[in-house]
Amino acid sequence: MFSRRAFRLLSPLLLSLPACASSSASTPPNSPAQAEAPPPDVPFPWEARSSTAAGIETPAAASPPVLIRNATLWLATGKTIPRGSILLRDGKIAQVAEGDISPPEGARIVDAAGKFVTPGIIDTHSHLGVYPMPGTIAHLDGNEASSPVTPDVQTVDGFWPQDPAVERAVAGGVTTLQILPGSANLIGGRAVTLKLRPALSPRQMHFPGAPDGLKMACGENPKRTYGNARHAAPGTRMGNLAMQRKAFLDAKKHEDDWQRYRTTEANRLREDQKKRAAYEAEVESRKKQQAQCHDDPYLSSCAEWQKSWEKPLEPPKPSDPGAAPARDPAKETLIGAMRGSVLVHVHCYRADDMLAMLALADEVGFRVRSFHHALEAYKIRDILVQKNVSVSTWADWWGFKMEAYDGIPENIALLQESGALPIVHTDSPEGIQRMNQEASKALASGRRAGMPLTDEEAIRWLTYNPAWALGIEKRVGTLEFGKDADVVLWDRHPFSVYASAEEVWIDGATVYQKGKKRPPWSDFELGQDTGRPTTLLPGGAP
Amino acid sequence: MTNPRSVRNTFVSSLFVLTTVLAATEAFAQPRPTPAPAPAKAAEPAAAAPLAIVGGRVHTGTGEVLEDATILLEKGLVQKIGKGLAVPAGVTTIDAKGAIVTPGFVDAFTSIGLVEVSLEDSTHDDDRGGKDPIRAAFRASDGYNPASTVVGITRAEGVTSAGVVPLGGLFSGQSAWADLDGDTRESALAQGPLALHVHLDGSLDGDRGGPAAALLLAREVFDDARTFQKNRAAWERNQSRPFAASRLDLEAIGDALAGRVPVVFHVDRASDILAAVALAKEFGLRPVIAGGAEAWKIAPRLAESKIPVIVNPLEPGPTTFDTLGTRDDNAALLHAAGVPVVITTADTHNARKLRQVAGNAVRAGLPHAAAIAAITSAPAQALGLGAKYGTLAPGKVANLVVWSGDPLEIASRPLAVVIRGKKVDLANRQSALFTRYRKLPITR
Repeated sequence: MFSRRAFRLLSPLLLSLPACASSSASTPPNSPAQAEAPPPDVPFPWEARSSTAAGIETPAAASPPVLIRNATLWLATGKTIPRGSILLRDGKIAQVAEGDISPPEGARIVDAAGKFVTPGIIDTHSHLGVYPMPGTIAHLDGNEASSPVTPDVQTVDGFWPQDPAVERAVAGGVTTLQILPGSANLIGGRAVTLKLRPALSPRQMHFPGAPDGLKMACGENPKRTYGNARHAAPGTRMGNLAMQRKAFLDAKKHEDDWQRYRTTEANRLREDQKKRAAYEAEVESRKKQQAQCHDDPYLSSCAEWQKSWEKPLEPPKPSDPGAAPARDPAKETLIGAMRGSVLVHVHCYRADDMLAMLALADEVGFRVRSFHHALEAYKIRDILVQKNVSVSTWADWWGFKMEAYDGIPENIALLQESGALPIVHTDSPEGIQRMNQEASKALASGRRAGMPLTDEEAIRWLTYNPAWALGIEKRVGTLEFGKDADVVLWDRHPFSVYASAEEVWIDGATVYQKGKKRPPWSDFELGQDTGRPTTLLPGGAP
Repeated sequence: MTNPRSVRNTFVSSLFVLTTVLAATEAFAQPRPTPAPAPAKAAEPAAAAPLAIVGGRVHTGTGEVLEDATILLEKGLVQKIGKGLAVPAGVTTIDAKGAIVTPGFVDAFTSIGLVEVSLEDSTHDDDRGGKDPIRAAFRASDGYNPASTVVGITRAEGVTSAGVVPLGGLFSGQSAWADLDGDTRESALAQGPLALHVHLDGSLDGDRGGPAAALLLAREVFDDARTFQKNRAAWERNQSRPFAASRLDLEAIGDALAGRVPVVFHVDRASDILAAVALAKEFGLRPVIAGGAEAWKIAPRLAESKIPVIVNPLEPGPTTFDTLGTRDDNAALLHAAGVPVVITTADTHNARKLRQVAGNAVRAGLPHAAAIAAITSAPAQALGLGAKYGTLAPGKVANLVVWSGDPLEIASRPLAVVIRGKKVDLANRQSALFTRYRKLPITR
């Protein structure tokens, strides 16, 4: 489909020119124009970019190659290399090997004997930057709670890149996260996927090529925000689903309007093309006739032809374009969700709420990429496997509201056992600082309950599985040749409570080094009497 | 009236009217009621059958470690502890060979038994409510629900006791010490009141205008309580000036002024901690600092007076302007300076994370033994129950846990949990859910 895609990208340009001129210009000589002209296409206007954040990504500064030696490599492919080496070069993983790799010219060599290397951790559910530290009224930018359906808002427009929590998350080995709108709204808006480096705008941090997410919410929060607090809709779960259904059906109508417009426009352009082709054929034919009559003035047809030459021959005027439907970014987001270019992430706790959402998805035509929180996912894990829906959840949170009352610490383990795609997420500036421990707890709970889970499975809850949920699994999530060099070096077994990230690389550039004194990333912390993490005392681990 | 909250408010207010009427009737019939006595001063431990824990590596909670030790429990108390003790015939034995034994862990700052579901007001008993910020007489022990599902879920992770702490207002009320077993308040609560809780931490709480206003009011109330205590007779004759707090509040504060209970000041900013310490000195209180995000900055001052600090080592960073100085190694720095450190989750449903929280303090530099002490002996001592709780020694309440490995390490798990000398069931509502959904489709 490359050609079609290329054409779509070009077509806004084509549209601005008279269709006739372009079609003949691109037609090879000696071939009849009408047979070869590409069919006129009118693109959907919202298809230009994979993410609304795309455009000014700032790549990491070039850094010399890094060779990490003698490490235990958790590849997150299901494989562990007990004593291996990994080479980071030009922002990518250049080589992963058992044993040693000979260091390239100018490489920095890190001896990691007794230490562990994993892919950078990915959090599918974060509100860093939109609910930043310190908590101030001025910086509450995560819930556009002025209406329960706001698919047009984008966290990339609310994210404060100076949030001190960003640097602290990196210190926990997190390299990528998805910034979601909050769950006050039934449809909260677009989420953005970022690489965690210091920047002046989330657009500079945007994960190149990562699709946008769409945040939706089931259950209590929208009811509480609107029904309970304001006596506005939705006030019930019934209202939740009704309003979500309506939003998608409205978006579908919008897509149909655009589809109709596209068809009308394509027909119009085709008609114009035909007229132009007829005109050109007539011009061509007269030229031929004139040439023939010039060569042989006594040709019998010439008299007849001459009469037709007297008929005026004007190039056809391009017809007037039809009126395009108004752009509607809210509906366009939902259309993206239905067409799969925007990945759907649904905050949903209860089993019945998740099944209701899956029924809605089938009814109106979208797919849920990941249920978030999903404390009752274990009750419907067979269905989640069958529907290929991933589950982003915590290790052990529960009880903070009714829909969180049935959370159990074996949720992730049961999902793993049944072949689902569990993901450790945080939704928390605290949890994000030690996601390795959260995975470790979920693993320990599963093992305690008798499930023979492996470290190799558990590391994927932090890396490959979330990468899949965010649509970036071809770029990150495992230690494999050619992937982005987003890598964490741990000072000991990553599932120990005493483990710390010793160094973190993003695109092959160091973004964190334990114990290294340096100014804070955040301008906010600059010159404040804060206690940024610098270890003053030797660790007390036994 | 479809809104459950308004239904509940109607219900509550009609109850309120009813009790007011009853109280008024009573007032005519009888002399003014005296305050109800505090429940179960130091509850008699339940008469548990003797139990022996044999062969474990025992952390006594004082920093001491005994290899291959035997612990004999009787009548809910530790009877003897040592190497090679003979186990009397017929005594039930827990084999702890190769395992680690610690005192039961204590989370000093929770709402266990007071809050069942955080966002459901109808399940809350942690906050007296109302506009009046002076709620010193409010007792957590009156609301504690020993049947809460949180109790069983928390003790399954080796937490055997919890500080059950009221919230809200400036003087939030009096906490209780709950052992996470027992089916009545009397059998679960060790002492009430445990401590008086004063919230100086300036938040976005509409009740107060920040620490300055909080200190002003706190000082006035302590002063009134002192005057009230000294001139009770004058008050009874209605010859006192008006006080800033009610009689019951002033009486409750009397326990703190007399040094019978500590006063836990919830405060984070370094300058505010010092203000709380000064206030405590002015009124002769036994201060404990809870929160203490910036306590490390003034560690020597706190060490001088041996003022305990209850910290949550997982504070994620500068979450408010009062906690700009938050740092991972707060506990380590305080300990190194000689401050008694207590570690808490400051949570309820997540109180079971206590050992992970302590493990993170170790990760940030706190010595391992100090971390164990910070969730055993230190909270007991800070809250005035050091004589009964927090260590494994003869005469102490027999709360202990047998662990599969380093108790602070995530992969370890409790093999046995003993509360008041009784091995308790580790099954709970969550394990019941797990069992039901172990195989799909479920059968019921």
